Amino acid sequence: MNLVQEAALVAGKDLRIEARSRVTLQQVIPFGLVVLLLFAFALDPDRGILRRVAPGLFWITVLLGALLAVSRAFAVEAENGASDALRLSGLDPAGVFLGKAAAVAVELAVLETVLAVGVVILFDVGIESIGPLVLATLAATVGVAATGTLYGVLATGLRVRETLVPMLLLPVVSPVLLGATRAWEAAIDGVPGDAWPWVGLLSIFAVLYVSVGMLAFGPLLEEA
Amino acid sequence: MQPVVRLRSAVCLLGRFPALADVDLDVAEGEVVLLSGGNGAGKTTLLRLLAGLVPLHSGEAEVLGFDLTQDRRSHRRELSLVGHETGCYDDLTVRENLRFAARAAGARASAVDDVLEGLGLARLAAITHSRLSAGQRRRLALAVAIAREPRLLLLDEPHAGLDADGREVLDALLGQAASDGRTVLLASHELDRARVLAGREVVLLAGQADGIADARRREPAPT
Repeated sequence: MNLVQEAALVAGKDLRIEARSRVTLQQVIPFGLVVLLLFAFALDPDRGILRRVAPGLFWITVLLGALLAVSRAFAVEAENGASDALRLSGLDPAGVFLGKAAAVAVELAVLETVLAVGVVILFDVGIESIGPLVLATLAATVGVAATGTLYGVLATGLRVRETLVPMLLLPVVSPVLLGATRAWEAAIDGVPGDAWPWVGLLSIFAVLYVSVGMLAFGPLLEEA
Repeated sequence: MQPVVRLRSAVCLLGRFPALADVDLDVAEGEVVLLSGGNGAGKTTLLRLLAGLVPLHSGEAEVLGFDLTQDRRSHRRELSLVGHETGCYDDLTVRENLRFAARAAGARASAVDDVLEGLGLARLAAITHSRLSAGQRRRLALAVAIAREPRLLLLDEPHAGLDADGREVLDALLGQAASDGRTVLLASHELDRARVLAGREVVLLAGQADGIADARRREPAPT
């Protein structure tokens, strides 16, 4: 098998586990919608505040959901000694990294789609430029999934995994929060020219963390 | 012929504690070797060392032609380790767990069906791991190990948790593995049963390979 086939094997395994356990469907997505509702309660919709801050609230909610998705992705490897089995599987660690990151990215994409509909309905937001918004979301999703997978494996097997992952991950993905929020603001305001530099930043972040992850995942998996 | 396993003065530390101390061991291709010794003697650590899961502190270790002091990963595709846990995913079925392991190791697709039949798991193929009994999980762990079609099979207490029928099936499979030319290292407390399967016994005492004997000539250990 080549690297892509190995990644597809791991991603297929993780997505099959997700489809059967329905953690994203029954826990992560409802959690995200509840957070959006809380923002709607906390901020006065009549004064237009929600509409102005909707991109930031959307991406904060996505990042909180990503923490759950990443924790789940590595919790399944901690069961029944599966992490040892994964290390002994003979798969290239770079392929394992790409597969696990791809599965997290698919789960995030589902979450983002539902949350975007929620933002449009709850926050009364209209989207003027769909192209940069989609590209920014795509790059941000890949960046968050790659970073989450890299930092998730660091905490595998640790009792403090649930608290350590947010501590490690949230500061690192702050450029994604910034870039994706600005790109969404420009897309909502119908100024696509302002969105492209942020799409570029998000793409660089994604490429950087996918590359670092492919190199670093093997040694980190060995130590997990 | 180059041995499948070659250890010289191998020392392995768990924290500061020497789990293996100065172990020498040679295992030839196709040999079935029984590792015996009391609790804490280092049997599990020795198997994990050979699998590359724990590092060598000092000494030499070569497995399947790879020097483990330089590379603890490359030989893993050609071996299977059955430890105390199954290494399977709760939400995957028996067949899905087997298929994932076999494909990862580059084994034949038909190996999954063969092993499902061989270990009496065919009727459980569509059941998720979480719904299996402890004995069925043990069978699945063995099935996964065999479906990978390894050159080297490392088994840590493989009879534990199996019923009488499962033990018979396991013994038959190990006999088949040996006749197929696979090398087997078997750590067990069930010495009478394991000695029938093994051609040689290595006794570990407090992390040291204390003696090497022909397993079939040894008297059963007093219980």
